[in-house]
Amino acid sequence: MSGAFPATVPEDRYNAFLMVSPDRSHGTGALAGIPVAVKDNISTKGIPTTAGSRILQGYVPPYDAHVVELLRTEGAVIFGKTNMDEFGMGTTTENSGYGPTLNPRDPSRVPGGSSGGSAAAVAAGIVPMALGSDTGGSIRCPSAFCGIVGLKPTYGRVSRYGLIAYSNSLEQIGPMAGNVSDVAKLFGVIAGHDRRDATSQDRPCKHTPDPEIKGLRIGVPKEYFGEGVDPKVADSVRNAIGNLEELGATTVECTIPSMQYALAAYYVTCTSEASSNLARFDGIRYGPAVGTKKSWHEAFQDIRKTGFGTEVRRRILLGTFALSSGYYGKYYAKAQVARGNVRSDFLRIFKDADVIAGPTMPTIAWKFGEKSDPLSMYLSDILTVPANLAGIPAISVPCGTVDRMPVGLQVMGRHFEDERVIDVAYAYERAAKGGSA
Amino acid sequence: MVSEQDVSHIAELADIGIEAEDLARFTREFNAILDYFDILDQVKSGEPPAPDLVNILREDEPEPSLPLDEVLRNAGESEDGFIKAPKVMQ
Repeated sequence: MSGAFPATVPEDRYNAFLMVSPDRSHGTGALAGIPVAVKDNISTKGIPTTAGSRILQGYVPPYDAHVVELLRTEGAVIFGKTNMDEFGMGTTTENSGYGPTLNPRDPSRVPGGSSGGSAAAVAAGIVPMALGSDTGGSIRCPSAFCGIVGLKPTYGRVSRYGLIAYSNSLEQIGPMAGNVSDVAKLFGVIAGHDRRDATSQDRPCKHTPDPEIKGLRIGVPKEYFGEGVDPKVADSVRNAIGNLEELGATTVECTIPSMQYALAAYYVTCTSEASSNLARFDGIRYGPAVGTKKSWHEAFQDIRKTGFGTEVRRRILLGTFALSSGYYGKYYAKAQVARGNVRSDFLRIFKDADVIAGPTMPTIAWKFGEKSDPLSMYLSDILTVPANLAGIPAISVPCGTVDRMPVGLQVMGRHFEDERVIDVAYAYERAAKGGSA
Repeated sequence: MVSEQDVSHIAELADIGIEAEDLARFTREFNAILDYFDILDQVKSGEPPAPDLVNILREDEPEPSLPLDEVLRNAGESEDGFIKAPKVMQ
């Protein structure tokens, strides 16, 4: 890891940043002088924060998110704010209100999303580490597509205070970096209790990655290698699991029957929560101003029509519909039962397995313009959303390439066993670097 | 199947604003997504399993609030320390 701040900011040729802070002051601590990029839906006092949306253009938060306070306390340099799909709604960063981010591994391909700017900033070597947020895969997907490491922590381990809310019951802020040790280091800084987030748990992390995995039982769910998963990606991941076996782990075949409706349950839940959360963007308290001479609804609709992009409006419509009278039972209520079933499936598997491994994404990063239909885009989240529905920790670590593009190995663990998924990823990374993979 | 009229009505409820020329595409994509959501019909009805969670409450104690000038700086229009909003009543 390079701790030194670059003398000049390298040209942002991948559009990874929405803004780079001119303030390079820093204190002392675990991250003294280390430049850390922050996803633009995380509030930074005095630094513009838009969540990738035009409706927040010009907004300057009067306070720091809890995680940003912690970064400053540990001496980090807040390098800048990274590009993202508007409010976190997307899988490619193409839904940003400020243009897409390009994948540094191949600029004709998407970087993944929604934390695509953070992933690209790390992959391009502009910063050694970055913060992202993960509602249904938004840290792990771009980490896999750009060839870096990203952790979605257990729900509750990192405070969401100051995170611009999209889907409160699913999302977590998490670390992204070029290697597992840096992910663990950044996680150690941001994990812990914060009374301003009522779902925050008192579970700080003081952990140095340990590559010893002898006797570890790895659950391998057949759904993660089935229909819709590129066979070449599946092979890469099977090889990686084989490497873990060589290090002394054993594998256990398993199934997650609730996977068949996990994606639908996820999209019903997140759009429902979004329809409520995004009602606050009315152009009155922040962002481009509404005309106060117009009537309430006219002013509100005008600003939201121009301020929100297509995908955000689609999700607000879907969520409003799913919660509307007559449809609530068919969609939202069923989604919550399905969500419980996903959680139960994981708890059952974790009786016989210590972790679960599979691909992070069903394919490698696709080319710009290859996917435009919203449903086919949603379907690519199928392997990442289960961890969010269950609230369990999940990490993505690079495991080889297919067609010269990186593939991510995803390791999921029991609630509050983030340290264990970090260790497994570390064991794999070390073995792979040693030339055995 | 939802109709263009339904989508238009939902857009009105959500105060989202929708152009007439976008309505057909939105409705078509909306229906494709809802068709996919029908898989939830296979989920057995019932209560979601009770999570092993407890409510976390705290005392509602007054604390210093954000500086007024910093908050108002983000607002479109303000007057005498208040934020101006469009008329709710005609």
